[in-house]
Amino acid sequence: MIPRPFEYHAPRSLPEAIALLNEHGEGAKLLAGGHSLLPMMKLRFAEPEHLIDLGKLIELKGIREVDGEIRIGAMTTENELIWSELLQTRCPLLVEGARQISDPQVRYRGTLGGDISHGDPGNDHPALMIVLDASFVLVGERGERVVPADGFFVGTYTTLLEPGEIMTEIRIPTPAAGTGYCYAKLKRKTGDFATAATAVTLRMSGATVSEVRIALTNVAETAIRATDAEQSLRGKPVDEASIAEAARLAMSVCAPVADLRGDLDYKTAMAGEMTRRALATAYARAAH
Amino acid sequence: MSRKIMVSFKLNGKETDVVVESRELLIHTLREKCLHTGPHIGCETSHCGACTVDFDGMSVKSCTMLTVQAEGAEVMTVEGLAQGGELHALQEGFTQEHGLQCGFCTPGMLMRAYRLLQENPNPSEEEIRYWMAGNLCRCTGYQNIVKAVQYAARKLRGEAVETSHPLMAAETAASH
Amino acid sequence: MGNLDANLDRLAALEGMGCSRKRREDPRFIQGKGTYVDDIKMPGMLFGVMVRSPYAHARVKKIDKSRALAHPGVHAVLTADDLKPLKLHWMPTLAGDVQAVLADEKVCFQNQEVAFVVADDRYVAADAAELVEVEYEELPAVVDPLAALAPDAPVIREDIRDKQTGAHGARRHPNHIFTWNSGDKDKTDRVFDHADVTVKQEMLYPRVHPCPLETCGCVASFDKVRGDLTVYITSQAPHVVRTVVGLLSAIPESKIRIISPDIGGGFGNKVGVYPGYVVSIVASIVLGRPVKWIESRSENLSTTAFARDYLMTGELAADSDGRIKALRVHVTADHGAFDACADPTKWPAGMFHVCTGSYAIPNAFVSVDGVYTNKFPGGVAYRCSFRVTEAVYLIERMVDVLAQKLGIDKVEIRLLNFIRKEQFPYTTPLGLEYDSGDYEPALKKVLTAVDYPALRAEQAARRADPHAEWLMGIGVVNFTEIVGAGPSKMCDILGVGMFDSCEIRVHPDGSAIARMGTITQGQGHQTTYAQIIASEAGIPASAITVEEGDTSTAPYGLGTYGSRSTPVAGAAVARASRKIREKARRIAAHLLEASPGDVEFDLDRFVLKGSPEQFKTIKEVAWAAYNNVPEGMEMGLEAVDYYDPPNFTFPFGAYVCVLEVNRYTGETRVRRFYALDDCGTRINPMIIEGQIHGGLTEGFAVAMGQEMPYDEAGNLLGATLLDYFVPTSVETPHWETDFTVTPSPHHPIGAKGVAESPHVGSIPCFTSAMVDAFAHLGVTHMNMPHNAWRVWQQCRALGLTRQ
Repeated sequence: MIPRPFEYHAPRSLPEAIALLNEHGEGAKLLAGGHSLLPMMKLRFAEPEHLIDLGKLIELKGIREVDGEIRIGAMTTENELIWSELLQTRCPLLVEGARQISDPQVRYRGTLGGDISHGDPGNDHPALMIVLDASFVLVGERGERVVPADGFFVGTYTTLLEPGEIMTEIRIPTPAAGTGYCYAKLKRKTGDFATAATAVTLRMSGATVSEVRIALTNVAETAIRATDAEQSLRGKPVDEASIAEAARLAMSVCAPVADLRGDLDYKTAMAGEMTRRALATAYARAAH
Repeated sequence: MSRKIMVSFKLNGKETDVVVESRELLIHTLREKCLHTGPHIGCETSHCGACTVDFDGMSVKSCTMLTVQAEGAEVMTVEGLAQGGELHALQEGFTQEHGLQCGFCTPGMLMRAYRLLQENPNPSEEEIRYWMAGNLCRCTGYQNIVKAVQYAARKLRGEAVETSHPLMAAETAASH
Repeated sequence: MGNLDANLDRLAALEGMGCSRKRREDPRFIQGKGTYVDDIKMPGMLFGVMVRSPYAHARVKKIDKSRALAHPGVHAVLTADDLKPLKLHWMPTLAGDVQAVLADEKVCFQNQEVAFVVADDRYVAADAAELVEVEYEELPAVVDPLAALAPDAPVIREDIRDKQTGAHGARRHPNHIFTWNSGDKDKTDRVFDHADVTVKQEMLYPRVHPCPLETCGCVASFDKVRGDLTVYITSQAPHVVRTVVGLLSAIPESKIRIISPDIGGGFGNKVGVYPGYVVSIVASIVLGRPVKWIESRSENLSTTAFARDYLMTGELAADSDGRIKALRVHVTADHGAFDACADPTKWPAGMFHVCTGSYAIPNAFVSVDGVYTNKFPGGVAYRCSFRVTEAVYLIERMVDVLAQKLGIDKVEIRLLNFIRKEQFPYTTPLGLEYDSGDYEPALKKVLTAVDYPALRAEQAARRADPHAEWLMGIGVVNFTEIVGAGPSKMCDILGVGMFDSCEIRVHPDGSAIARMGTITQGQGHQTTYAQIIASEAGIPASAITVEEGDTSTAPYGLGTYGSRSTPVAGAAVARASRKIREKARRIAAHLLEASPGDVEFDLDRFVLKGSPEQFKTIKEVAWAAYNNVPEGMEMGLEAVDYYDPPNFTFPFGAYVCVLEVNRYTGETRVRRFYALDDCGTRINPMIIEGQIHGGLTEGFAVAMGQEMPYDEAGNLLGATLLDYFVPTSVETPHWETDFTVTPSPHHPIGAKGVAESPHVGSIPCFTSAMVDAFAHLGVTHMNMPHNAWRVWQQCRALGLTRQ
């Protein structure tokens, strides 16, 4: 219940935060919403010597649309995502996804940037970011770079975020009108991590699929993109057969960890079921 | 020995200064230093919600906040709900609708419901259940808590309220 | 007409039995002013933390406390060696066994207590606890009770390895605790040998945990100057704790004060004495300062009284028309490493022998084998009424299995076999005398309310549709509970008979204070006991202060668990109230210058027979009790009653559950749950409803998701709220409640107790519904928990899934 002692820093600017991060190196951890890190520190699974609180950095807040791109500050909370009218109208997948994360109190504090950069395969935003074709602005001492979500997640607790870098912004190309979407998440109860979950964005051209993206949560070391499943749908109608085939291909890339939520068979099967649900719902929502 | 930090914040409207290690959790500061034992500790993994307080207009699990993060914040605990000696509509609702039994989850429930009603003055049952899913209760089965929140919502909207459990229900009259 | 209104006004002012009086407890809880154990602060108070074993079975080779002791702010580090001179390194359990307070040479379950660190505050204690170095030599662990009885199984309890007899008779293996039998074996076997039909079903009631929202803890304070020990403690049985502490410490009970303040949920988790309490008391005595110990949630879930873990095999013998002739049951009971089961002394399987249920079964035999394993101790907890959860589960499942075998509707078979109203009081073949019951109207009321025939028709249509994604199941349960432990000739805890008590003192102004030997943990005693007194003695409930839990003031009682408060202490409350009423009547007669026989009690006053305008209120009588009493009568107006119940009480209920199961994912939706409970006289309908909601919700959690899984090495997987299924407001179904009233003939106010019934009855009802969803495909039983994964495995085995 009690963390080890540490030194606490509350920088007031991004350069100050980056400087602190570089000064303290491996012994430092960033504190965003704190609802992944603090519980780990309370159980003494994480023992940083320095905690750098990003909470005072107002430059990391805000949701706006600029030139056909939605830009969200990394310290935007799940609750802010849910209540954002901009997102509700222009990117409802993100709202649907955020609503299924954890519980109300955690959502007041948990941040988009924190959820993404933690690298926990159970976190929901990575799969959502992949299907939204998002990219992340990473800022370090050497400046700023923008990295696509697809490929950002390398392994469990490992991303392309370098030591000394802070994620400042998430950029999402505003989904075109008529884009179908769905985040289907199977969980043991409200607030749990996914037993399996699938994120889908889908566009139709006439009776066939013109664009589709499918990503899976918590059935591999990271969120994974089901490219074979996507490929099987392009140019095809969305019907029982094509959904079944996409689900089969999605299941074929699963490598879940067996735990109390299920064994390999169950989790893989559920990845298939969530893919079916997400595709069916995304299709119903897509203009066609 | 860890360096101590002075933290100043408003607790139920009153300016409060505490001196804490950076690792001290807000729940411990509230309970041990500020002597506000309303918020409770029911777990150590941030699941149960018994420690919920209102923090700068948000419902927050105070067990997952460092006191140092409360610098300059406005914190409200259940002790601050009643104003001028008058119980808050939620407190009245919980009593009239039997929304509590052992009382341990109650301060957290009340503070969560407080913020919920600030943001949504007319919640449906489904919305209440969804927006209070971060507060566990082992005694009530939640059904009367939902009714208590609906009671309070009606009262706050200026509507007439009455308990679902009239004192002398039909079965009472029959048995006499 | 006028009289009726006036009477209703007087009744409303009285707030006696039968009305939905709002709770007297609420004001402090809704304002955050409750006093739970962790709220207690005393000057000079220190904080203690346990150091626990990571291994399920290991020798303790060495404990080095030097680094911990050297940490600033640490005052003591206790180990078994420190407790040995006080003979406190082991303590007796409520089950006649002994339990290590701090591990003596070996540990027998994961997280067993090894050392106790006492420091300035919980932060220092947490740091120092990490500095205690313990060297372990791991031993093979055994977590399967059947494997524990194998000839070559590792011996868990070396301390009693050579004891061939335990507290409950002969032991046939070092890991065997007891064998308990009930009923006529030979006669039952003969019936089975000649029966038209027999069915047999093995079923596991998995290990679960009550998980009250407040964990266990205490503040122990030994006053060196006065020689008094005060302990604030999360206890459902403070007087029992006082007696046990007296036995262990050799401090007389007159110098021990145990206080159970506000308790954040008990559910049977807070009955026993835990090592944490003992070491806190020792530390306080040694250090001369108050010591607080509050366990964490994972400590609570992994070391304190668990529930169930009964592997049961049930058999029924019946006629071809479905009339049951005999029941035979064998149970392997996994008690963990120490037998700390909170049972009445004579019954190591509690009231499991109520397993003939609501049915007139003429023959029965039950055999229970208690076994040690490398798991934490307990067994009787979680609203189980002393193993009644297991018993009711067994019989309700068996009746369904029999119905299925014979192709009879599970409602019909119950109606056929019910004990009929005229047969009460009914003595079962296992020796229990049911006081009263009326099962048929209760069941029929429920079936009408849910339109059972329509549900069956809907189910038939659903079953006929091969494309239906959601299967539909209907569960029906008719449980009979046994509560109110209990008659002292049958029930004692550590030799103290299970009576209970009440004392009432009326003040000159007519208000009163009443104390009982029970202790509420959310059941509303401060509200409901006052209602009994109001009805029986005419004092308005609002003028009655009810206190429990302080052993220095409350009369001796056995505490609150097993739904015993209303049946036992409630009876004492009624009888003490009647003693008050009787004395009050004689004082009233004296004031009215009449003879006591000419004065009648009417709600809140004593009226002269034939002259209703001549009366004395209880208020007037109270004043007179202190200055104007009849010749020869003592002053004052108070009474004490110690009630030794003549029998248990037998509440009952009829529950129906309608649920839907997704064949592709295993997800379940509870579409409807209708619970009818009969607890005899109903004191406060609002509070009863609340208890039912809570018990049903716990039942839902047990049936649908709770478990405490162990791996082969004895590691407990999932001892946090991440994994242990406690439903939120989203998962929890909507409950419909109903009632009938069949009073207990032997209880002074006809009340039976109710709070555990919904837990006891709902769990088999959920299972009944779940199995029913698959029954048309030949499934007769599915073990709990019915989480989505397990249900999906059943679907897959039946070829219903897509994979």
